[in-house]
Amino acid sequence: MHLILFLAFGAVCVGGAVNLLAQRHPINSALSLIAVMAALAGEYLLLGAEFVAAVQVIVYAGAIMVLFIFVIMLLNAGEEEQTNGSRVAILLGVPGMLTGSVLVAWVVLRHSGTEAVPIGALPGPPKEIAQLLFHDFLLPFEVTSVLILIAIMGAVVLASKPERAEGKAD
Amino acid sequence: MAPSYVPLSYYLLLSGFLFACGVVGFLIKRNIITIFMSIELMLNGVNLSFVAFAAHWHALAGQVFVFFVMVVAAAEAAVGLAIIIAVYRTRETLNVDQVNLLKL
Repeated sequence: MHLILFLAFGAVCVGGAVNLLAQRHPINSALSLIAVMAALAGEYLLLGAEFVAAVQVIVYAGAIMVLFIFVIMLLNAGEEEQTNGSRVAILLGVPGMLTGSVLVAWVVLRHSGTEAVPIGALPGPPKEIAQLLFHDFLLPFEVTSVLILIAIMGAVVLASKPERAEGKAD
Repeated sequence: MAPSYVPLSYYLLLSGFLFACGVVGFLIKRNIITIFMSIELMLNGVNLSFVAFAAHWHALAGQVFVFFVMVVAAAEAAVGLAIIIAVYRTRETLNVDQVNLLKL
């Protein structure tokens, strides 16, 4: 049953990732990326990480991808044009990806072919994650709040219109 | 194979495939927003291997690391999309082949 669910979610993941590469319009790529993220949330559920799955749907598939789609619609991004550079990139990129995938698959299957992940064996309720996050990882947690603050200020500064600053100087 | 067991290597294979798709998207895409989405795909692939190893070794720290990766991805998306907006405002293009200079 778990294997069937894994294969189903994995098929959605693989299909979405390939579709992201195949589509020419960025909004189609964004929607297939959302499908990949939702299927990954299903994989996290299979691995017994319910809280990570919920956060994946809310933060990744929700907040971050909404930001992406906002920007795509704001900039009115159309289909990408083919140039000489992109043909060279396809010629180099696709064989590179195939080589990398085969290499990773060979290493993984060679070294961990018989190991298995027991499903549901890991107790991962929010209470124990909070114990880790707010006790053992307290300093990194606080540092990420500073990171988020810097990111907010950077985004506001970068996205604000430059004319307004010139107007103030005048 | 026992019905309730999925081998760890399957998760790692899926994770590696997602990462490879992200890399190839980063290389072959010419639209700067799609390139950015490929980076998100790579981060997702890494997250999957984090969670799989956390389940495999019964270590919840792997799941906590996924949260840190998500936080960094959110910050990166905010700043990166702001940079994309600034680039589009000055150059009126999203094609990375035409954005080859940092200064105007």
